[in-house]
Amino acid sequence: MKQDSLSQSEIIEEDGSSLWNDAWIKLSKNYLALAGLGILILLCVVSLLTPWIAPYSYEQQNLDLGATAPSLQHWLGTDIFGRDMLTRIMYGGRVSLMVGFIATAVALVIGILWGAIAGFYGGRLDAVMMRIVDILYALPFMIFIVLLMVVFGRNILLLFLAIGAVEWLTMARIVRGQVMSLRNQEFVEAAYSLGLSQWTIIRRHIIPNTLGPVIVYTTLTIPSVMLLEAFLSFLGLGIQPPESSWGLLINYGVETMEEYPWLLIFPGVALSLTLFALNFLGDGLRDALDPRTSKD
Amino acid sequence: MAILEVKGLKVYFHTRNGVVKAVDDVSFSVDSGETLAIVGESGSGKSVTCYSLLDLLPKPPARIEGGTAFFDGEDLLTCSPDRMRHHRCNDIAVIFQDPMTSLNPFLTIGEQLIEPLIYHPDKSLIQSRSKARERAIQLLDEVGIIDPDSRFDCYPHEFSGGMRQRVMIAMALITKPRLLICDEPTTALDVTIQAQILKLIKKLQQTHEVAVIFISHDLGVVAGIADKVLVMCEGTIRETGNTDSIFYRSQNEYTKKLLAAIPSGPKKLESRVKPENLIRVSHLKTHFNDYSKQKIDGKYSQIKAVDDVSLNISRGEILGLVGESGSGKSTLGRSILQLVPNTAGIVNFGADQLTGLSPRQLVPWRRRMQMIFQDPYASLNPRMTVYETLSEPLLYHGLANRENVLSKVSELMDEVGLARGHMRKYPHEFSGGQRQRIAIGRAIATKPEFIIADEPVSALDVTIQAQILDLILDLVESHNLTMMFISHDLSVVRYISDRVMILHQGVIVEEGKTEELWANPQDPYTQNLLRSIPIADPILERARIENI
Repeated sequence: MKQDSLSQSEIIEEDGSSLWNDAWIKLSKNYLALAGLGILILLCVVSLLTPWIAPYSYEQQNLDLGATAPSLQHWLGTDIFGRDMLTRIMYGGRVSLMVGFIATAVALVIGILWGAIAGFYGGRLDAVMMRIVDILYALPFMIFIVLLMVVFGRNILLLFLAIGAVEWLTMARIVRGQVMSLRNQEFVEAAYSLGLSQWTIIRRHIIPNTLGPVIVYTTLTIPSVMLLEAFLSFLGLGIQPPESSWGLLINYGVETMEEYPWLLIFPGVALSLTLFALNFLGDGLRDALDPRTSKD
Repeated sequence: MAILEVKGLKVYFHTRNGVVKAVDDVSFSVDSGETLAIVGESGSGKSVTCYSLLDLLPKPPARIEGGTAFFDGEDLLTCSPDRMRHHRCNDIAVIFQDPMTSLNPFLTIGEQLIEPLIYHPDKSLIQSRSKARERAIQLLDEVGIIDPDSRFDCYPHEFSGGMRQRVMIAMALITKPRLLICDEPTTALDVTIQAQILKLIKKLQQTHEVAVIFISHDLGVVAGIADKVLVMCEGTIRETGNTDSIFYRSQNEYTKKLLAAIPSGPKKLESRVKPENLIRVSHLKTHFNDYSKQKIDGKYSQIKAVDDVSLNISRGEILGLVGESGSGKSTLGRSILQLVPNTAGIVNFGADQLTGLSPRQLVPWRRRMQMIFQDPYASLNPRMTVYETLSEPLLYHGLANRENVLSKVSELMDEVGLARGHMRKYPHEFSGGQRQRIAIGRAIATKPEFIIADEPVSALDVTIQAQILDLILDLVESHNLTMMFISHDLSVVRYISDRVMILHQGVIVEEGKTEELWANPQDPYTQNLLRSIPIADPILERARIENI
């Protein structure tokens, strides 16, 4: 075997190799995933800098102008109140991306921990934890949000938390199922017989092996969260005009689709672009985090 | 007259990583009423050869690159899908390896048995349900299913492994095939069941006049059943001839290596047993709730996996624990290591009692006793490199620090015979034998005094098995280990152990010094077990099968 001739020093140099390092090396060879990552970073940077680089004000109405098609002054046209669409999409992106990422992160953290603990310990604890999930599933989502709004007042951060607190339920179920099948694998028993603590086993041996389905579900959750926000805003529970989000812009765009199609098309393109980027990145990540896929 | 004649068969797999020549220029023929055994280790192409005849390979990646396979004057490799279906339904049947997964759990066995008769592609041959049922019941009776009339409507889970394999055999024979392909039909079965199934196949072959292709890795099994033997390795034929000439007068290096690798005879190393008890187990019971049955008085009935077992293991001793599947041998091992809660009894390690300690109190003891698991594919975390797997116990128990962990891991890899350059690889990049070396390295990393090896070689090929056994013996020597070696394979246990215990339904039926027990088994169960071991010697093996 030619590997036998590798000297000790060569091995030391690549010290620190682990799942995450190897995943990054593999990801960096996957151009589609890199493109997805690039687009996401670009969108995030633009959103962060929007207050300084936006060409117009997002709330200043210009009723004399009204809705105009894309032109040199207004690259993406204006809406029926004469507001610049590019500006509004940029501001909308801030809200949508923030909702998407924060709410999903909340769902991810709660869901993985909840599912992993329930699945790992099993028995009565599992039964209690999963019944709680069932109860929350059964609770009408809208009532839950309205209740939160009534108690705490309307607050954008609260909105993120509320959406995240609903989306984690499915995540917890997916993770629990995975963990239950992993729990009885011999390598987990081997870790236990080495004397590792249960938390170490969950962290090092269980959770990394659930990543595949979790990543796929995450890339599906982010867009659905964005649309959920639009729905809530449409009902007057989320963002209020003149502020905007992609979901809201699309909703308004649908109403005037026949006269002013660009009001629908451009926010739609922004949302779809994000979804594509997320999907490519998610696929790439899933492959990269699975050592069984080829390294080359 | 040859019923099947294969010439120059080539099957290549076109994968992402290049072309794999799974079968490369293989020729053989089988006569009616004859048994041809194809012998080889995993990956030798023995199954691919047979599956390609029935068009059962996934295409792509597989592609048949050349050759002919004439069955009754018709080339199976080029015939139309309709003709292939005709052959599958009428002429050629397959018995698969694992009877647990090759029956549909949602259909009764009767329904599955009569399927080929009532859905026959040839309209004129379709039989009525009642007639098909009659034939199925007659066959079930013939393969030794007791009370076939009522068992006809049972589901697969209501049968044991051996009984399911009998059902599979009945299913294969129901269309009156002329060629029967058996793909490791007894590998998943216990040794006493294996003996019965082999005898059954042999008997049915004679009464039904079928040609049999018998795929196996087990030379002992082949010795008794085959007329001709074909030895395959890496997709090519290494040697072919009649059984006696292969076993007694082999010309080929590879065949000789295979025959030499079979563990046989007594242990050669001298015993290192010291007169000091390291492990003392008294009246150990491990019971589980039986969730498959209804509660009685608010309580589940108990499965007595380990029932009142007492044993001592001396320092330096290798104790062989033998039992068939379901005998509780793995549970006993796990109970001693406190991996499953004990129902009653006491386990002592040296002077200290392990039973009753909390998981936290057990941590220092875990370092001193380790386990090697059966399946090297399941016992390694697929997302951890060899380095991570081996460094984890070292770092966790404080046996190495950040500075010297790399050199410690390297030393471990040297000890278990792994090249240091493989340190950054993941388990899936290794073969079964190499994976078992990693698992052994993990077990000895903490410098334990006591190791329980739970069937450490049963998932491995015979040549690899011999290497791993020698590695284990070396390590026992160099690390002064005490070991409990759990296995269903009696030859392996005889080769490695100082003392043997026979476990049956959670109870020790017999124990004794290995050679004494071999020479003079007292318990009828032990006698039967020892009689069932296949011997890789055609004349002895044929005589043995006759006598069962």
